Amino acid sequence: MSDFIFLYRNSPAAREAAMGTPEQRQKSMQRWMAWMRDLEGKGHLKNAGQPLERSGKLVRGGSKAVTDGPFVEAKDVIGGYTIIEARDLAQAAELAKGCPALDGAEGSVEVRPVMKLEM
Amino acid sequence: MPADLHEHLFRHEAGRMTASLTRLFGVQNLALVEDVVQDAFCRALEVWKLRGVPANPSAWLMTTARNRALDMIRRERTARTFAPEVTRLLETEWTAAAVVAEAFSGDVVLAEQLRMMFSCCHPDLAEPAQIALILNILCGFAAPEIAAAFLTGRAAIEKRIARGKRLLCGFAAPEIAAAFLTGRAAIEKRIARGRRLLAGSSTLFDLSDADFAARLSAVHRALYLLFNEGYHGASTHGAVRAELCDEAMRLTALLREHRATRTPATFALSALMALHAARLPARIDAAGELQSLWEQDRSAWNHTLIAEGQELLDRSAAGDELTAYHVEAAIAAVHAAAPTVAGTDWNAIVTLYDRLMEIAPSAVVALNRAIAIAQRDGPDQGIEAIERIADRERLGAYPFFPAALGELERRRGNVGEARTYFGQALRLARSDAERRYIERRIETALR
Repeated sequence: MSDFIFLYRNSPAAREAAMGTPEQRQKSMQRWMAWMRDLEGKGHLKNAGQPLERSGKLVRGGSKAVTDGPFVEAKDVIGGYTIIEARDLAQAAELAKGCPALDGAEGSVEVRPVMKLEM
Repeated sequence: MPADLHEHLFRHEAGRMTASLTRLFGVQNLALVEDVVQDAFCRALEVWKLRGVPANPSAWLMTTARNRALDMIRRERTARTFAPEVTRLLETEWTAAAVVAEAFSGDVVLAEQLRMMFSCCHPDLAEPAQIALILNILCGFAAPEIAAAFLTGRAAIEKRIARGKRLLCGFAAPEIAAAFLTGRAAIEKRIARGRRLLAGSSTLFDLSDADFAARLSAVHRALYLLFNEGYHGASTHGAVRAELCDEAMRLTALLREHRATRTPATFALSALMALHAARLPARIDAAGELQSLWEQDRSAWNHTLIAEGQELLDRSAAGDELTAYHVEAAIAAVHAAAPTVAGTDWNAIVTLYDRLMEIAPSAVVALNRAIAIAQRDGPDQGIEAIERIADRERLGAYPFFPAALGELERRRGNVGEARTYFGQALRLARSDAERRYIERRIETALR
């Protein structure tokens, strides 16, 4: 088994739209809970991860200029991450397909193998 | 493993958070209040989906809303006026945190929800508008959800909510006229009247106000209508309808929690709702067909709710006020206690309908009384009682009026008349469910 990281991305506009009514939010919440439970139940969940604040700073190379994160205009902002265990990248991608972040067309899950250090 | 979410938790918490935040921000800042509520939900969704639901999700949400409120107050206090009672206290860090904390304490959350409920039942708003406003602000229903529940156009509901909110916030009349696309003069007149009423109280209705009693009966009436909309509504979308009943029961239960609103009429209304809601599981059968009291499988009735309703009815007997809610609850209690239609104490029911005709006479009540008389004394007496209904032309569009006559004529053996009446009932049916119900009656009655 290898480790993979799921990076959840969404556009701020799509995120707001997906929020909808309290009832829709609760339904979305329930889909996430079911998905996480399923990952956990099948032994894939290594670390549930953390959500990230939407605001932040961006420090650029060279001038080291510090700006407010360009997140408001960004097409896809990372909203959080989870670390999972899977046989291979193909299985990890298959697992990601169940993620409720993909309910909206603008949401995406980036699946990246955590590099193994063979020392 | 994360805990499960209580059904409709978000919806109910939206109402609680809105009430507390409005105490701080003032009713003129309702849009800002709703932004903070939305933000609290966003945070909950982001954190809980990865970290799991906390042990006390309700407290988590309230704490988040409290912190967001404090952020918002710090950011906006030079630009905005908050609620008049607290705006001075929010100006300084010495008192702001304590005032915010107080607004989120248990007793205050309850009282603020009640003030909001009373404010929504402003006498200047028509009853359907009051109900739409309650569902929107206190129950976290969005306009399309309310429209779906009421089978009314979405635009119409949005207008009702907008009008209610503007009335609460004191928006200018031309803006409202624009929203309504109606004659500006007519709207301005209506608004001027509403504003005069609200003038001087830019805050929510206070439970110690002089017209408390009148407003409480308006609140009772709105909750009663909300429950009825769920119970008798023309739609067969069972789930949606049951939710309206649940919301009406939840809000009536809030009235029972506060000493000012814990009146015998409140208990009677609660009893009435519990005793009727107990029959909901049997009201729609497995095939989705409407079942009358006559046909219902009584073993499917909710006996916990019946016991609860009975106890509430006992508590409503304190004092000497006898409201229509008392009598309607008592009628429901007689039905709930009866093992079968034949085993029902029809004499008690007729007596109760007599009382109801004294307190709150209407043609529908008179028709139900006549049906009870037919059960007790026979179809001839029932038809006689129907013929004596003074304003029975009011029942002209009510499908169950000719349906009742058809049923009684059938019992008298007049199949021809029965057929004519049932045909009329069928033409008056307001929904597919009612139509199928009457067709079934025809099939079984005239076989």
